[in-house]
Amino acid sequence: MPIWLTETEYSTLLAACNVLLPPSGDVPGAGDAGAGEYIDTLLAAFSFDPPRIWAGGPTSGRAGGAANFSHFHSLSALDELAWRTRIEGSQGRPEREYNGPVVGYQQRYREGLGSLGDDFARCAPEEQETRLRADPDFLELLLGHTCEGMYGAPEYGGNRDLAGWRSIGFAGDVQPRGWTDAEVSTP
Amino acid sequence: MTVDAVIIGSGPGGSTAADVLTRAGWSVVIIEKGRNHLLDPTDLTKPSSDYSNDEIKFTDRYFLGPDPFLEPRTFRLGPEDGDHTHVGEVNSIPSTVGGGGTHADGKTPRFREVDFAMLSTFGPQPGAEVADWPLTYDDLEPWYTMVERAVGVAGTAGANPFAAPRSAPFPMPSGAPMFGATLSTAAAERLGFHPYAAPTAANSVPYDGRPACNNCGFCAFFGCPIHAKGDPVALLTRTMATGRAELWPETYVSRIRTEGRRATGVDYIGPDGVERSMDARHVIVAGGAIETPRLLLQSELGNELVGRHLMVHYQTIVVGVMPFDVHGDRGRAVTHVHDDAMIQDDLSRAAAKEAGLPWMRGGMVEHGGGGMPISEAKIYPWGAGHGEMMKDSRMRRHLWAFIMQGEDLPYTTNTVDLDPTIRDVRGFPAPRITYKGGRHELAASAHHGPRLEAVLKEMGAVWTIRTSSPGGNFEGVRRRMIPESRHVIGTARMGSDPTTSVVDPFGRLHDFDNVIVADSSVFPTASGYGPTLTLVALAARAAGALAGTPPDI
Repeated sequence: MPIWLTETEYSTLLAACNVLLPPSGDVPGAGDAGAGEYIDTLLAAFSFDPPRIWAGGPTSGRAGGAANFSHFHSLSALDELAWRTRIEGSQGRPEREYNGPVVGYQQRYREGLGSLGDDFARCAPEEQETRLRADPDFLELLLGHTCEGMYGAPEYGGNRDLAGWRSIGFAGDVQPRGWTDAEVSTP
Repeated sequence: MTVDAVIIGSGPGGSTAADVLTRAGWSVVIIEKGRNHLLDPTDLTKPSSDYSNDEIKFTDRYFLGPDPFLEPRTFRLGPEDGDHTHVGEVNSIPSTVGGGGTHADGKTPRFREVDFAMLSTFGPQPGAEVADWPLTYDDLEPWYTMVERAVGVAGTAGANPFAAPRSAPFPMPSGAPMFGATLSTAAAERLGFHPYAAPTAANSVPYDGRPACNNCGFCAFFGCPIHAKGDPVALLTRTMATGRAELWPETYVSRIRTEGRRATGVDYIGPDGVERSMDARHVIVAGGAIETPRLLLQSELGNELVGRHLMVHYQTIVVGVMPFDVHGDRGRAVTHVHDDAMIQDDLSRAAAKEAGLPWMRGGMVEHGGGGMPISEAKIYPWGAGHGEMMKDSRMRRHLWAFIMQGEDLPYTTNTVDLDPTIRDVRGFPAPRITYKGGRHELAASAHHGPRLEAVLKEMGAVWTIRTSSPGGNFEGVRRRMIPESRHVIGTARMGSDPTTSVVDPFGRLHDFDNVIVADSSVFPTASGYGPTLTLVALAARAAGALAGTPPDI
C-alpha cells in the first residue's frame, strides 16, 4: 500500500522503475526491489516523526553495532523548510518563495506519472520508452530517485533484501567492522 | 559581557584559532551557520554519533549542508553572461560544525618553499596577479609542525623527494596503501614519476584518544563515523574542554559592526530567527574563500580587492578502466600522490613555450578509486543492460583515477561578490562566483592530462578519458564550466602593501586591525597542494600573534 501516491500512480511508478533499471538474471528490476517504496516514502517523508529524510548513525547493525540507521534524525526549522518546500512545493507561501515559486516533488510525480498514463504498466516496451522520453525533466528526477532506491541503504525503503547491493557485490555500510589493512592492500 | 574574540566559522581555520586562543586564556564564541553533527550536543567535549556510511544522506540529501535551497550560490563565467547563468550549488564546502574538515578525505600536505615565492621564482604571467607571499616556508614551518600534531597527520618523512625540510617527524606512520595505489604508484615509477604516501589526517594508529581508521571507504564527502579523521573534532573538543568557549550552531553572522577603525562585534541571527548583536574585542572571520568575502562585502569592510583573485584549483581528472577489480571502495579514498607535475621539466617548459606562456605549473596528483554505487548507477544509460553494466562496474570497481589539483593563477576578474537578485533563506544576497580558467590553466591541463593517461595505460587500463573541473574540454556546455573542486582560495589576499592586498601578513584587515581572516581566503597564490594544512598553520600563526603565544611544539 503506497502512503502518498494512489494505487494507480504506484502501479505506474513500479512499472516505470522496472523499465529504467530492469531485471537482469536473478536480480529484480528496481520497482520490484523497492525503488517505488523509496520514492513514495520520500513523498510522504513528513507523515513520519521524525521525517524520513536522514537515516541515523553511526551503524546499521549489518556489520555489527546497533541498528541506528532506522532512527531518523530530527530536523531543524530550516531543514524542515527546505525539505517541505522540495517535497510539497512552495504553494504560494512567502517563506518558501524568497527566490520565486518552487514546484515540489509531489506535484512533479503526480503530473509525471499521470502523463505516463494509467495503462503504462500494460504498454509494449517501445511505447513505455517513448512515454518516458517525452518529459526529460521528469525522467531525470525519476531516474535519479530510482537509482537511489535500488542502490541506497534499505532503511529509506528501497534496496529490498539488499537486492541492489547483492547484485553488484557491494558490501554497503561496513562500520564498525571496516576493512583490515590486508583487505585494503592485498585483497 | 564582551568576549575576547568572536570566531565566525567552525571549520579547520576557525577551530584552530579557537584552540590557540582558548589555551592562551582568551574567551571565545564560535558562531557556525550550519548544524552541529560533529559534537555530542549533551557534552560538547565529546564527538557525536551522527555520521554513517550512507550515500543517500551525504551525497543526495545534503546532510552536511549547505542545502542549495537555503543557501544558494550563483555562477557566471564573466559579466558578458549577465547577472548569473546558474543558481544552486557552486563548489560548496560543508555548512556544518567542523566545516570543510568534515567531508575532506584528509590530504594534508605542506606547501614547499617555492609556493610562497612564485613571483620571485618564476616571474609574472601576462594577465595574472602572481605575487610572493609576505612570509616564507621557514616562517611557517614551526606552525606546520604544531598543527600536524594537533589534527594528527600520518605520513612518511623522506618519501617525497621534492618535499621541503621538516623539523619533526610525522606524528603517525602512513596508513595502509590502497590496492589500486600499489599498482598505480608502481606504474608511475616505471614512467619516471615519484609517488609517495600522501600526508593524511586519518589516524593510522590510535591517536589523541581517537581510534585508528578502519578503512571503511566512506571517506571523501562523508563524515567519519568513528572520528578517526583529523577533521576539527580534536580541536573543537579540546577548545570546549577549556571552559572558555561557547559554540553557537545554526547562527548566522549578518554583519561585522564597526566604530571608527575598530570592529566592536557582530550582528547575528540565531536558530529562533531573531537578529541580535554581541560585543567582541576581536572578530575572526573563517568562513572560507566564498563566505568570508561575502561577509566582508555585506559589512562594507576591507578595500576594493575583497572578493578578487578567487582560485579553485583547476582540476585535471584522468580516469582509466582496468581489466581487474581495483577495490577502490576500501581504504582512505586516496593514499598516494605525486608532485612531478609541479616540477618544471623539459617537456613542460616546451609546452609552456608552445602555448606562449613564460612558465607552466600543474599540481599535486592524487591516485584514487571510483565513487559509490548510486553515483555510478546514474552514469550508465537506463534500460536493458543497466544491471549488467553495474555488475561489470567499469566506472567504480574497475576504475582508477588521477586528479591533479592544478594551480590556477590569481586573476582580478575571478571574483566573489553579492548577487543582485538571489537571496538566502534569511534574506541576504547570495554569493556570486564569477570564474573562468585562463590560458595557463587550460594549457597546463592539456599538457599534464596525457602524461597521466600514459600512467593509467602502463597500469593496464583498457580505456581512459580526460576531463577537467571546470570543464575546459567541454566549451559550450555551460553547466560543466562550474568548478566542483571543493578547494576555494584567494579573495582576501595577504601582503605588506595595503594597495595590493586585503590583509596584512598576520591576516589582519589593513584598515581594521582587530578583524582577522583565518582561512584560505588569504592565500596570494593557490599552490597545487590541498589548502587545508596551510590555512590551519596560518590560522594558528595569526592567533598566536594575537595572544602572544609561540608555536606549541
